[in-house]
Amino acid sequence: MKTISMCLMMCLATGVVRADWLQFRGPNATAVSTEAKVPGDDLKVAWSADLPGRGLSAPIVVGDRVFVTCSSGPGQETLHVFCFNAADGTKRWERAMRTTGRTMTHNKTCVAANTPCSDGERVFALFSSNDLFAFDLDGNLLWLRGLTFDYPNASNSLGMSQSPVVMDGTLVVQSENDSESFVAGLDVATGRNKWKLERPKAANWTSATVWKNTVALQSSKGILAVEPATGKTVWDYSDGASTIPSSVGAGETIYAVSHGITALAPEKGAVTQLWRNEKLNPGTASPLVLGDSIYVVNGAGVLIKASLKNGDEAWKLRMKGPFSGSPVAAGKRIYIVNERGIFQVIDPEAPEGKVLKEIELKETVLTTPAVSGGAIYVRSDSKLWKLQ
Amino acid sequence: MKLSLVCLLALAAVSLQAAEDLSKPIEALRAVGKEGQGNEAAGKAWQEIVKADPATLPEVLKGMNGANPLAENWLRAAVGVIADEALKAKKLPVEALVAFLKDTHNNPGARVVAFDLIHRADEKLAEELTPTLLEDPSSDLRRHPVAKLIAAGDAALEKKDKDAAIVAYGKGLGGARDEDQIKVLAKKLRALDQKVDLPKHFGFLMSWKMIAPFSNADRAGFDTVYPPEKELKYDAVYEGKTKEAKWVDFTSADEYGKIDFNKPFGMEKSVVGYAATDFFSTEDRPAEIRIGCKDGWKVWLNGELLFARDEYHRGAKLDQYKLPCQLKKGKNTILVKCCQNEQTEQWTVEWEFQLRVCDATGTAILAAK
Repeated sequence: MKTISMCLMMCLATGVVRADWLQFRGPNATAVSTEAKVPGDDLKVAWSADLPGRGLSAPIVVGDRVFVTCSSGPGQETLHVFCFNAADGTKRWERAMRTTGRTMTHNKTCVAANTPCSDGERVFALFSSNDLFAFDLDGNLLWLRGLTFDYPNASNSLGMSQSPVVMDGTLVVQSENDSESFVAGLDVATGRNKWKLERPKAANWTSATVWKNTVALQSSKGILAVEPATGKTVWDYSDGASTIPSSVGAGETIYAVSHGITALAPEKGAVTQLWRNEKLNPGTASPLVLGDSIYVVNGAGVLIKASLKNGDEAWKLRMKGPFSGSPVAAGKRIYIVNERGIFQVIDPEAPEGKVLKEIELKETVLTTPAVSGGAIYVRSDSKLWKLQ
Repeated sequence: MKLSLVCLLALAAVSLQAAEDLSKPIEALRAVGKEGQGNEAAGKAWQEIVKADPATLPEVLKGMNGANPLAENWLRAAVGVIADEALKAKKLPVEALVAFLKDTHNNPGARVVAFDLIHRADEKLAEELTPTLLEDPSSDLRRHPVAKLIAAGDAALEKKDKDAAIVAYGKGLGGARDEDQIKVLAKKLRALDQKVDLPKHFGFLMSWKMIAPFSNADRAGFDTVYPPEKELKYDAVYEGKTKEAKWVDFTSADEYGKIDFNKPFGMEKSVVGYAATDFFSTEDRPAEIRIGCKDGWKVWLNGELLFARDEYHRGAKLDQYKLPCQLKKGKNTILVKCCQNEQTEQWTVEWEFQLRVCDATGTAILAAK
């Protein structure tokens, strides 16, 4: 009993022994692992699995299973959801479905652009075609939706990529575009709408930030935080925000991708601006907060470290870019993969930052890694890798 | 003899029973609708169906006939689970799947699934079936024989047999319905000095009457009902945004049927244009009007609004939007509203659309006159 208590205390003090990576950018969409066991520096490819189609969606990890989505076929009309064993990369199951919405995207992206999410019991896979499937962990189809079937003008001819989040029994799904733009809260058990809100009629590729029991929805207008169960507004920041990189919440603060980075202290109904640094300008990658610093990858592939306290820049580190995926962190390391498939391990505590290791995956990678069980999972258009 | 007959009857009864047993759960999947309607019942029914014997696969596939796309996906997922197990146990009912594939009254998507399963179970058999799919109602299934004909043409060319290559490519083009394969075949045939009429192959409507420029200031023109939406009087003159709006005749010279408002009216911004044409059908029939457009647009057929889309400059492609419709015998009037917005970037110059009339396979429906 004592031992168990000791373990529990250790976990609480230093992070959990093993945590799932349940959505785009992992726990609370922070991109920072909460696990005690960290991947470290000396990573090698433990296994790789072939994928039959393209994907910008990131893998997610639930227990000993890795889930990933792809789209294939001449018009990307076939949608795949895969479940692999984390231990050895063997396939547990695969489901192939067909798009009911539009499949047109910019050539750089594809229909499997949205990262799936999980509540630990179910996996919710959303695609750019607005097709949404809920499976249990064994691949049983629980429900499905065709959000463009439901709302015929909800699409973006450049493709959509907003990743869903799940919180308190509600799956929050965004389909924000120039025409029929909305966010909806769906019942995780049935897929039926609990609520649905109109959103700004403007293309938007950002994903929600999960922060203090709210879901913060970013758009060109700003950030609207809602209660996941009801869709009711908790607070609203209306000074504009990016439509590509997504904001991040840490502690009592939201670091909004708005005029560079703007640190916000939202309270009930009010949002106070703590600081703003317009030079902290993320390119495509979303920022992350690690320790007492915020890290931003700009459009030139430069990693910028700045103070959480006031936004002052500490150093800049030129990395091998360009980047479409976002950085993630575990322990004292930042991990990121560039578009050419060069996986980079960064020591952010080195005086000017330092790239400690590079692994050439030799394929185009446009996505964000997942961290779980002391390993990192990365995918390309044809492979899923486990690095350990 | 008697015993055999009894056995056969018993087997048939069991088989029928299996089919009957699945009718209710299949119906539950077919009953799903918009906004998650029927999901709860479908989830339970799906669990029942995936436990069924592989022999039921054709019945489950048949459930896709006449089903909505959501129900098709429920059934497709169930077929996938049953088939995975059947393939492992080598119990896939290949003969029954071939029969299902050959019956072109079955849902094209279901027949694609059947073909894929046959391919997984018996690649050689799938290869043998491939040439029979060249005129198939499913454009997906046509891709296989078209690919083979492209390869056959290439092989003939390598052997310097130009005539055989022309025959193979020509046959391939006749069956091809997907743009990527059509482009490849047109290029190869033209390299061999063969004429290819792409507008006719696709069924683009090339000749229109066009009128502009009405105002689209603040993008309000999209919802403004201008005179062409009330009456098509080709000799009328209306007040336009920057000049009088008059109807002009326009015939596209573009191989992909682009109807470019900038050509007759100049590069205007924040404007609305209309294009109208008459399409003569030989019969009453279902059809699809397929449009590609990167501006805001609306399409009416015989005065009925088929669809409206207010997205600007996010890209255009062939068959970007497929609008199912019903043609009547004789004259059908198609009206397109095309709205240009206020953006000034170089990539926002286009004020155009392309439109074709075809069947659900993508086969051009050619006008009677």
